[in-house]
Amino acid sequence: MKFLVFIEQRDGKIRKASLEALSLARKLSGGPAAAVLPGKGVAALAKELGAYGAGKVYVADSDQLALYSNKGYVGALDAATKKENPDAVLIAATAMGKDVAPRFAARHDVSVLADVMDLRIDGDRLVAWRPVYSGKARAEVDCGSAKLQVATTRPNVFPAEAASGAAEPPGEVETLDLGDVAPRARVLRVETSESKELDVSEADVIVSGGRGIKGPENWPIVKDLQQALGAALGASRAVVDAGWIDHQHQVGQTGKVVSPTLYVACGISGAIQHLAGMGTSKVIVAINKDAEAPIFKVATYGVAGDLFQILPEFAKAVREAKKE
Amino acid sequence: MNSFVAIAYVPDTETKIKIGADGKSIDEADVKWIVSPYDEFALEEALKTKEAKGAGTVTVASVGPERAKTGLRECLARGADEAIWVDAGGTGFLDALGVAKALAAAAKGGSYDFYWFGQKGVGYDESLVGPMFAELLGVPHVGSIIQLEVGEGKITAHREIEGAHEVVECTLPAVLTAQKGLNEPRYASLKGIMAAKKKPIAEKKLAELGVPEADPAQAKTRWRRLELPPARQACKMIPGDDPAAAGKELVRLLREEAKVI
Repeated sequence: MKFLVFIEQRDGKIRKASLEALSLARKLSGGPAAAVLPGKGVAALAKELGAYGAGKVYVADSDQLALYSNKGYVGALDAATKKENPDAVLIAATAMGKDVAPRFAARHDVSVLADVMDLRIDGDRLVAWRPVYSGKARAEVDCGSAKLQVATTRPNVFPAEAASGAAEPPGEVETLDLGDVAPRARVLRVETSESKELDVSEADVIVSGGRGIKGPENWPIVKDLQQALGAALGASRAVVDAGWIDHQHQVGQTGKVVSPTLYVACGISGAIQHLAGMGTSKVIVAINKDAEAPIFKVATYGVAGDLFQILPEFAKAVREAKKE
Repeated sequence: MNSFVAIAYVPDTETKIKIGADGKSIDEADVKWIVSPYDEFALEEALKTKEAKGAGTVTVASVGPERAKTGLRECLARGADEAIWVDAGGTGFLDALGVAKALAAAAKGGSYDFYWFGQKGVGYDESLVGPMFAELLGVPHVGSIIQLEVGEGKITAHREIEGAHEVVECTLPAVLTAQKGLNEPRYASLKGIMAAKKKPIAEKKLAELGVPEADPAQAKTRWRRLELPPARQACKMIPGDDPAAAGKELVRLLREEAKVI
C-alpha cells in the first residue's frame, strides 16, 4: 500500500505528531513513504524527514504558506496526491490536521478515519480502531468503497521512530508549484498564550485539577506537581464551568480527549464525561479524598487522602527521583 | 444576515453506552437524546448575530431519524425561525461525507451568509462535517472558533489551536464551526416553547437529495464493529494517611513498575 503523509511544521519545527504518522506509514507499508511539507523556508527540513522513513518529500515553499491556510495547505496535499497517486493519506489529528483532512477528503469524494488509535492493513483496506462517544466505546472502521483512504492519527499514540541507523537524506525532494493560493480565510496572526504552556492534547504527561482543589487560589499546589513532572495542566469540566481556569485546559467529552502516557487526576471524582476524555491514558494516578470516587475504577494507582498534603510530597519525591 | 445552523441530535454526554444487538451500533433503548453541545454554541452565535443586526433569519437543519425533529423543535424554541429535517429514516449508517452532502443539498437555494456547525458532534467525535460541507459548497471555513467579530462582508474569528489562537479574517459567506468558550447558550423561554409549536419544519427525504452514501455499499467509511473499551486493571491503592510515604511510593511505582517517569 502506497502512503502519502502530510507533514506539519510550526516556526520551522516539524511536529512530533507528524513524525508519528510518518513512522506509522513506514511500518505499515514496510518501506519508505512519501511526505508533503508545506510552509515557508521549510526546504531544509526535508532531510530530517528522511530519518523517519520518507522516501520522497514534496515541498511547497512560498511566502503565502508562511502561516497556515486551508487553501494553501490542502492545495499542497492535493498537488502531492496528484503526483504521487497514493492509496492512503495519513495526517496527524492536530488542530491543523483536523482542518486539512475533511476538506481534502471531500475534494476527493471520500471520508476520513478520524482520530484513530490503531491502524492496520486488511487486504486493500486500512482498518482502524477509533474511540467514539468520547472513549466510552470504540469502533472498528474502514474506508468502505473509497479508493483513496484517508486517516488522521491521534497524537501521542503511535511511536515516532527514526529509521534504522543514522539520519538519511530522503531519496528525492520535489518542489511543488501551487501558483497563487491567496485564501479567503486568512490567518492574520497567531496569538500565543501568555506562558507558552504545553497543550494537553500534545502532552505526554498531564496533571489535572478538579473540584477537590477547592478554589482557583490552590492551583499553585497542582502546578508545582505539574512542573516537577514536566507535564501539561488539565482540568475537569466542573472547574472550567466555575471559571477557575480557561476552557483550553478542559479534559473530557466537551473538552479535549487525550491519551498521555501518564495522567494524574487531583481532586477529580471522575464523572462519566471526564472519564470519557482521559480513559485511554496509559497510566492513571488518582488522588482524591473519597475512596469510593469513580476515578479509582479507571486509575492504575490511587491514593485516597488529602491532596493538599499528598501533592507537595509527591512533587518532592518526583524532584528527588529526577535528581538521581 | 441569514444563518444556516446544522445540528446533530446525539446521546446525552452522561449516557452510559451499551452495544446494540448488531455489534456495530449502540443500543438506543435507554438513551436520552440532546442537541450536540457544540451545536448549541453555533446556534447561540447565529441568534446573537441576527439580534445585533436586527434583521435576518436563522434556519436550523438536521439529518437523522424522526427524533431529530425534537432537537429541531428545541432550537426553534430558543429562537430559530425555521427548520429543515432531512429524513434519514431507514437508511442506516450515514457517514460524515453523506451527512455533509445531505446538508449541502438542503442548504442549496437558500441565501445564507453563515453556515454554522459545532466543531464536533458529540458521539462520533469526528470533526468532519463542517469543513466537508464547506468544500462541497465551495465556500471558505474557519474551524473551532472561540471569538467572532462580524464586519461588512467579512468576519474576524479567533480559532483555537494547540497552546495558541489563530486570528483569521474570512470573507462571507463562510462556514464556521463553534468551540466551547464562544458564548453561553440561552435556554428556551416558555414563550419561545409556545411559539416553536407554530414554526415550520420543512421535511426532505434523503433519497430526493441525491446522496449516494445513503446506500451502504457507497459509504466512504463504515463501522465494522463496536465494542466497549477494554477493561482497565484494578487500581492499586496506596494508603494516604502518611503523605510523605504515599508520595515516595507513587514515584517508586511509576518508575519501577509502570516505567513512565
